[in-house]
Amino acid sequence: MQLRAVYAEELGKLMERDSKIVLLDADLGRASGTLGLRERFPDRIYDCGVAEQNMASIGAGLASYGFKPWIETFAPFATRRICDQIAISICYPGLNVKILGTDPGIAAELNGATHMTMEDVGVVRSIPGIVIFEPVDEVQLRAAMPALDAYEGPVYIRMARAEQPAVFGEGYEFDLFRADTLRKGTDLTICVSGILTRDALDAAEELAAAGISCELINVHTVKPIDRETVAASARRTGAVLTVENHNVVGGLHAAVLEALARERVPVFAVGVEDRFGEVGKLPYLKPALGLTKEHIVEVAREAVRSKVEN
Amino acid sequence: MNYDLKRVAREIRCDVIHSIAHLGVGHIGGCLSVVELMAVLYFEAMNVDPKNPAMEGRDRFVSSKGHAGPAVYAALANRGFFDKSVLLTLNQGGTRLPSHCNMRLTPGIDMTTGSLGQGFSCAVGIALGARIAGDGARVYTLLGDGECQEGQIWEAAMFAAAKKLDNLIGFVDVNRLQIDGTVAEVNDVEPLADKWAAFGWNVIDVPKGNDVEAVSAAVKQAKANLGCGRPTMVLLRTTKGCGMKWAVELGAANHNTKVPMEEAEAAIRALREEA
Repeated sequence: MQLRAVYAEELGKLMERDSKIVLLDADLGRASGTLGLRERFPDRIYDCGVAEQNMASIGAGLASYGFKPWIETFAPFATRRICDQIAISICYPGLNVKILGTDPGIAAELNGATHMTMEDVGVVRSIPGIVIFEPVDEVQLRAAMPALDAYEGPVYIRMARAEQPAVFGEGYEFDLFRADTLRKGTDLTICVSGILTRDALDAAEELAAAGISCELINVHTVKPIDRETVAASARRTGAVLTVENHNVVGGLHAAVLEALARERVPVFAVGVEDRFGEVGKLPYLKPALGLTKEHIVEVAREAVRSKVEN
Repeated sequence: MNYDLKRVAREIRCDVIHSIAHLGVGHIGGCLSVVELMAVLYFEAMNVDPKNPAMEGRDRFVSSKGHAGPAVYAALANRGFFDKSVLLTLNQGGTRLPSHCNMRLTPGIDMTTGSLGQGFSCAVGIALGARIAGDGARVYTLLGDGECQEGQIWEAAMFAAAKKLDNLIGFVDVNRLQIDGTVAEVNDVEPLADKWAAFGWNVIDVPKGNDVEAVSAAVKQAKANLGCGRPTMVLLRTTKGCGMKWAVELGAANHNTKVPMEEAEAAIRALREEA
């Protein structure tokens, strides 16, 4: 199932239960998958038109009135375009607004560089008081939606709209502030987020066959990062690799480096190397930007070698 | 209770001047231009309870020109939201009265503002919230004329009219000055009445925006628009620094300036003698 359909379905369930939830979008209700909710909740869904700054501050106003607004648009417009509104209207007063940014990074595919946020996590992560969550697959997103609703404060959710390969299975228990260890290992810690999680898992399996044991951690919440889980693993394995659909500046790599600043552990990166995106489908974009399973394997080997050299 | 609004406005004005001069610096011009509005809103128009600042269903006020904080604080203190002595902590480290409005610090402040353009959208969101809640609350909001240069103002103006938010009453403090000079020189916003009307708002133009009776009449007229399906914008033609000759004579430089205590004392003396 497409993640946007999962999001819309789960949001619909939450809105059914809680009359305080209000949804705002900026002419992308169709793109976000929520157009169908409008008939069910005509008094609680508002299209602000192509005016994201206004949408963000209206969300803050509604939250100040005791409502629980969700605002949604493409990731670039949900973050870099409105970062002052996120900072001053929403985060400074600590208002309970959920911000959904869809198709972050290369997930924007054919919309190209203008819609491809390589910096959204960096922009938002440096604003005090906001949580940043990125789902991997349907199971995790379904589990996360009630937890996001229950959390009283601003959250930025960066979510690819398309269907994603399954990573989590039945019985998955979600904790918004606890990273998920997908695989135990002894030679290398791989921290991964979002749509590259399946690739990282495949890379870890390939490396295992070659005798390199990787611990794989899905950091679904990059802020606040689960330092305890990441640092404990890093201390055990002695080397870390971060994998993200984002600039290596300011995102998961930076967050892990900050979390491990006091640990004597090398931290390698697979991510977008400080460049803008371009148009294309994922099979083109992944190799073009160095975000493939093969590249993860290559950098992972380098990270493990660096331990021996030290 | 009926208040003598002229006297109330004079008290608020003296407190604004004194609190800013006590610190020695502040946004004196744009605080003094809105004193009459503060008197009318907090002492006549708004349903608020100083003993219960978070009262459900109360009317809300958002100063989108967040730097008018000291004028709002003086009104709140005079209305009894907190002790007047607190005004002398204005904008000092650790104060509950920062230069720009903060809903988490000050009893009676309904929204955090300071980044121009945003507070107006927040007020629109609050008006939408009041309509969804159906609690009958009205939302009042104050913009600067220079602030109308922000694009977000017009995004919010469009939305409020499109969604027929007639529980929303806005005011533009048309004092015709901004930091770098006159609004006309910097980036003219006029004709404001035509602009707001074109955006689907009722417009009430008040040539004497520092005449408390004229402001009171305009607010009553605006309140009568509830149910008409359109928000209302009141254009208050004011004087930046009104009631303090020294500040008025500074012109555009009165936006945020050092205020010597002797000038403040002279101004307060003159205001009291006028009475």
